[in-house]
Formats: sequence, structure tokens, C-alpha cells
Amino acid sequence: MSLLGLRTDDVWTIVTAIFCNVACGLLGCYLVLRRMSLLGDAISHAVLPGLAAAFLITGSRAALPMLAGAMVVGVLTAACSAGLSRWGRVSEDAAMGVVFTSLFALGVVMITRAASQVDLDAGCVLYGLIEFVPLDRVTVAGAEIPRATLVLAVVLLLDVALILVFYKELKIVAFDPYLASAMGFNASLVHYGLMAAVAMTTVASFESVGSILVVAMLIAPGATAQLLTERLDHMLVAAAGVAALAAVGGYLLALELNTSVAGMMSVAVGIEFALAVMFAPRHGLLSKLFHNLSLSLRVEREDLLGLFYRRAEAGAAAGAAARELQRGHAPRWRTRWVTSRLLRDGLLDRGAGGQLRLTPTGQREARRIVRSHRLWESFLADHTDLPLDHLHAPAERMEHFLTPEIRAELAERDAQPDPHGREIPDDA
Amino acid sequence: MNDDLIRLLTLRDENSRVVLMGAGLLGLASGVVGSMAVLRRRALLGDALAHAALPGLCVAYLLLGDKNASAFLLGALVFGTLGVLVISFLRHHTRIKEDAAIGLVLSTFFGLGIVLSRIIQNQPSGNRAGLDGFLYGKAAAMVRQDVLLIAAVAGTILLVVTALYKEFRLLCFDRDFAGTQGWPVKRLDIGLMGLLCVCTVIGLPAVGVVLMAALLIIPAAAARFWTDRLSIMLVIAGLFGMLSALFGTAASALVAKLPAGPAVVLIATGCFVVSLLLAPRRGLIADALRRLRLSRCVGRQNVLRAIFELTESDASAGAWQPFDRLLRVRTWSSSALDRELKRAMGAGLVREDGDRYSLTERGAAEAARVVRAHRLWEMYLIAHADIAPDHVDRDADQIEHVLPADLISRLEERLRAQGRLPGDLPSSPHAIEGTSP
Repeated sequence: MSLLGLRTDDVWTIVTAIFCNVACGLLGCYLVLRRMSLLGDAISHAVLPGLAAAFLITGSRAALPMLAGAMVVGVLTAACSAGLSRWGRVSEDAAMGVVFTSLFALGVVMITRAASQVDLDAGCVLYGLIEFVPLDRVTVAGAEIPRATLVLAVVLLLDVALILVFYKELKIVAFDPYLASAMGFNASLVHYGLMAAVAMTTVASFESVGSILVVAMLIAPGATAQLLTERLDHMLVAAAGVAALAAVGGYLLALELNTSVAGMMSVAVGIEFALAVMFAPRHGLLSKLFHNLSLSLRVEREDLLGLFYRRAEAGAAAGAAARELQRGHAPRWRTRWVTSRLLRDGLLDRGAGGQLRLTPTGQREARRIVRSHRLWESFLADHTDLPLDHLHAPAERMEHFLTPEIRAELAERDAQPDPHGREIPDDA
Repeated sequence: MNDDLIRLLTLRDENSRVVLMGAGLLGLASGVVGSMAVLRRRALLGDALAHAALPGLCVAYLLLGDKNASAFLLGALVFGTLGVLVISFLRHHTRIKEDAAIGLVLSTFFGLGIVLSRIIQNQPSGNRAGLDGFLYGKAAAMVRQDVLLIAAVAGTILLVVTALYKEFRLLCFDRDFAGTQGWPVKRLDIGLMGLLCVCTVIGLPAVGVVLMAALLIIPAAAARFWTDRLSIMLVIAGLFGMLSALFGTAASALVAKLPAGPAVVLIATGCFVVSLLLAPRRGLIADALRRLRLSRCVGRQNVLRAIFELTESDASAGAWQPFDRLLRVRTWSSSALDRELKRAMGAGLVREDGDRYSLTERGAAEAARVVRAHRLWEMYLIAHADIAPDHVDRDADQIEHVLPADLISRLEERLRAQGRLPGDLPSSPHAIEGTSP
């Protein structure tokens, strides 16, 4: 079997990584939303003594005792941090820091002291050994599949089931725990349930992919999805997609560079996050930049039209308007560019002496701006205590944002003329 | 073993002298810087920083090779600073919250570090001996030069903290106020983060990535229990850090298969637990004792007031109040009432006569005081908080135990000035529970 030139073992590894990443990514959404991402980090470090204790007691790497030991310690971490910050009056982040570093240190000591008895070293906990996943196989229903794949598939199913069954509860606790309590949901039960699920997933992933990948996958897909979507259900799907993509991309990259698969997957998810920060449709830096730029250009364009209107109204030479604007705050090239756009769009044209003046369309547009401006000024004069010479500045900002409905409503107040005694033009 | 101990204690060994001194100075510096970070709610930034430094080590190795220790530290410093900058950028310019930003930087930078270190390992000449030490720390491998560096950094940190003590204090406790006072808060914040960076990077080779964060957080959090003053907290945190580092490294040298980093952290955790339990004011035991004392006092005063008010309301029945009647005064169980009566009798405040109880002279005096506080507060509430007379009993019931004497005398003055206080002991503005038929 070959796919993209991959061997069967590669496919198994990728499938395992996808299961692990998706499971972590789904739970991570809730952690990110509840601003508890670092609890994921803390739990994934702190389960180490739980694992070590399970090893020492059972003397084997059987999955169930390991899961149990780690879940106990994981929930304990969450509970201890909460208890310390509540009763010990330690700030939340410091409490978490104290608990997880202490447990991690304990775990390292336990593992080092028991190193001769059990086959586990701290390095493998950190990096994971996902490359060797296909070597350790079990037979299920006649098919030979890697043990880690099976374990992670079960964990993923459990997590998905948990999210589907308690979707409503998890959602309300994630967004408003106080409302949840007021509505009769047991918020702390949901919280510790989630923490138990995080601990379970962490441990199941631990052995195969290492703690670093677990932390990356608990936080990065959720954060990426948060940049891409506005709804929890979309966010969960997006996070799962991001996590799966990181599994595939990270593996292929690692194969190419011959390096650590787990490390490469966390780098891959980091790259995905960076891309989302740059290019996300609503929350990305580029779209924000574009939005700001287009808004400032619109404002400049409208200001320019308004200026021509006022000049014409005052009877001064229309050409002086452009010159005056050039002495204003905008850089000259931008004013020139905006002017050329207005000429192209037919809002301005050149009169007999090459002077700029408003076309009928431009006139209509300019009336709208000036009307908004003066309506707002009279509204402020009627309803606030602003002195007369303070009305212009706020109106200069608001004029660009008044909708026809608001203008109609303001006009109903019979505001004619504006506070400075100028006529408010009609909405033509 | 015994020989080892003696050699270590007498510092006869050049090597152990160097290692202990380095570890101690490192603990001191990180305790001091960590206190600031913890108070500034930046405790976990050290953790992120320590992780983010790993790719810096690898890049330094790839560029300059194995031998150059200061290049390692420089690389770590550059990437650690980069990590902090990314966190701050994400927090200010995207909708990502601080916790997720810290986690993201921590895990992706560390992932990158692992990728690079595996690449180094795969190189024909590659060995990661220099790199592996950074993960879990090899305090015992410190040499004289490392210690000199640590000493220089620790000295600088102490100097900066002393010189900018006033500014840092304001920054930690009220950043916005510092801003309005015209302090350059942004630059001070950056300075603090810089100290944190340097301290973390210096500590990495000795205690490793995860445990460096512990050395920053735990001594500081432990010191916070003992004091409410920053200067004292800095001293205590520095001491805790230094002692844990010294004892941890010593223990690791003496006991086989006990890595130094975790040993240091576990000793620091021991300091923390002791502080958590035993600290005089903020400790859990002191807190529990205070609560117990208060609840004893409340219970005693409740019993005294119950007997006093029953006696007062029905003078013809005499001073002796039967148990059943006392039981009806408050919503308390008979076992609770029994317990409180026994305690009051033990303190010589109440007398017993079969099933009936009365106040001793001392008991009557204290009861009068409590009843007086209770009723003064009730009258205050009726007069100034517009609360109906039949609703004031509960509020006053809670406050009567904690009203200080000067407040009582001020209440008295005010009520007397308004002509609302006829006698020495005001009468109850409402019916006493359990007395109505």
C-alpha cells in the first residue's frame, strides 16, 4: 500500500497523530475559551508522577492503570491550583506554577530513581516516540493495528462522545460559568469532568507523541480556530481540521528534514496559527489593516467632497479647497491619489481654468456628508452641554457613519439651521 | 557516604564549592526576580521563556559549534526575548488571550527546538551533550567560569532591583497609577522582563527548562505568606531560593540517582508547603485557628444573649431559663445548644440547675455588652438604613460579635444626640424570638 510514496507504517503513524491531535484540539477549544490553556500545559506536565506511580505499582506499561493514575493526578492538579488560589490566597497563575512544577519535579525524581526497574525515561516523555508507534501492534477483530492507534482512537471517540452529549453544558460553562450556576448546572462538576478528559487525553497521547506535542495541540488549534470563526460548533470543526492538517503536514516535513516528528508537528501547528494571525478573514492582521486603510481612504474622500461643498457655499474659489486640504494632516500623495480617484469616478471634474469642482453626482454625495455633519452638530447643541466651538470635532468624526435612517430621525427634530447658522442641505 | 557529607560540609572540595556557590547565587537571584514576576501576575512567563530559549541554543550550536558556552546563552537570550515579544504582540494585537499566547509560544518554540536538536543529532559530527543538559539541568557540571557569570548576573539583578526598588514596587502593585504619576511604565515593564529573561537563561544549564520556572515561582509564592511588605518579601524569597538551591544541590551530590534540578524544586516546594501551613497571618493553620476562635466567640455570645433576653422579657419568671425555651430562641439544634452551654459553663459565664440555666455575674456583664451592641446596631439600621424593625435582627445578629468598642461609643453618641437612646441599655425594637406565645 502506498500513498504519496508513503509506506504502511507512515500511514499508521499519521493516522495515530491525527487521532491524537484532533482529540487534543477539540478539548483545547474549551480550554482556550475558558482562558485555561495553561491548565492544559500544567496537567500535561503534572501527570508524570501519576504515570510513574502506576508504573511502579503495576510494574508494567498497561494502559488502564496508567490512564487511571494520570487522571487522578490531573484532576488533583486542577483542584490543588484552584484550592491554593482560593484558600491560600496565591494568585491563580502562581498557584498553577507551584503545583505543576512541583509535581513534575516529583515525577522526574521517581522516574530517575526507578529507571532500572521500568523502561521509561524522561526524555521520551518530553519528545514522545511517535516514529515507533507502528512497531507495537495488537490484533483486534483479525486485523493487526498498532496499540497506540487503538488507544487513541478510543480516547478520541470518548472525547467526541463527551462533547456531543454535554455540548450544551460545556458551552454555557465555557462562556458564562456564573449564568450556568444560576441556571442550575453544576459548573464545577463540568469543570472537573473536562479536566479529567484533558488528563485522559494527555496521558493517552503522552506515550506516543510526548508532552510537547500535547501542549501544542491543546492550545494552538483552539486558538487558530478562535481567529477563524465566531461560533462554538464551527470552532470545534475548524480546530479539528487544523489539528489534522498539522499531523499530516508535520509528518511530511519531518520525513523531508529527517527530524523529530512530534517537534515538527508542533512547529506545523505554530505555522498554521501564524498564518491565521496574518490572513484570518475577520480577525487577521491583514484584513484589519485593509479595513483600516479603506476606512481612512473613505474618510479622506468624504472630507475632500465636504470641503469643496463648503467652499462653493462660501463662494470662495473652488481651487483653494484642494490647496487647503494639502496643508492638512494627510500626506500629499494620499490627497493627490484620492483626488485622482474622485476625478475618475466622476465626482469631481476640471472647470474652465483647470480648477477642480464638484460634478452633479459629486454635489449629491457632498450634500449627504455636509448634511450629516450639520445634523449631528445641531443634535449635539440641543442635547448636550457642549460649547458651540466644540461641536465641529465630534461631528467631523460622526459624519462618515450616519445612516439614512439616523439622518431622517435627526431631521425630524426640525434642526434647521445648524448651530453655526448655516443651512443644512437636503437629502437629495 | 559519611566522608562525602563531611567533604561537602567543609567545602574542602574545589568542585563542590563552585557548584554550591553557583546554585546558591542562582537561587537568590531567581527568588528576587521571581517575586516581582509573581506580584506582577507574570509567574508563568518564566516558564514560557525557558521553553522558548531552546531553539536559541540549537541555532547557536549550528552556527558556532559545541564549545562556545556564552554563545549558547546569547542564543537562548535572543530567542527567549523573541518569545516574550511574540506573547506581548499576540496579546495586544489579536483576540488571543494571554494564557493561550503563553502556551502557544511555549509549545511551538520548544517544538522548533526539538526539531533543530534532532537535526543536530543527525549530523555526522553531532552530539547533543551540550544540549541535553539544558532540559533537565546539570548543576554538577558547573565550572568556575559559569559561577563567575552567575555571580555577575545575580549581582547586576540585585543592583538593578535595589536601584529601581521604588519604581518596581509601584509597577507591581498598581501599574495604572504608576502610569498616571508619569513613570515610564512600559520601559520599566520591559526592564523587569529583561531581568526575568537574563535570570532564566543563566539558570537553564543548572536546573533545566521546566524547573527554572519553578525556581522563579515557588520561593516567591512561599515568601508572600510571611509578609505584606515587598522589601521583606524580596529578602525572604531570595533566602528561600538560595537555601533550596544549596540543599537541593547538596542532596543531589550525596544521594545517588537524585538529579539536582528536581531536588532543588522539591526542597523549594517543601518551603512553600511549610509557609502555606505555618505562616503567622496568611497561613492555613493560623487562618483555621482564627476562624475557630471567631466561631467559638459567636457561639458563646449567642447563648449569653439568648439567656439575657429571655430573662429580660419576662422578669416574673426569674433568672433561670429552661433548656426547651432557649432552644426556641434561635434556629439551633439541641446538640449545638448543649455544646455551647457546656462551653459557657466551663468559662464560668453560665450556671446550671438541672434543666435550667442562668447567667453568672460575669456572664451577665458580657451578655449586657453583646445585647447592647446588638440593639445599638439595630437602631442604627432603623434610623439610617431604612430597614424595617422586624428585619434588623438578622443583620445585627451577624455584626454584634465584631463591632469594635470605639464604633459602639460613636453609635451611642449619635443615637443619644438624636434623643433615641433613653436609658443605658436600649430596649429591643422588635419582639424577642421564642417569647411570644
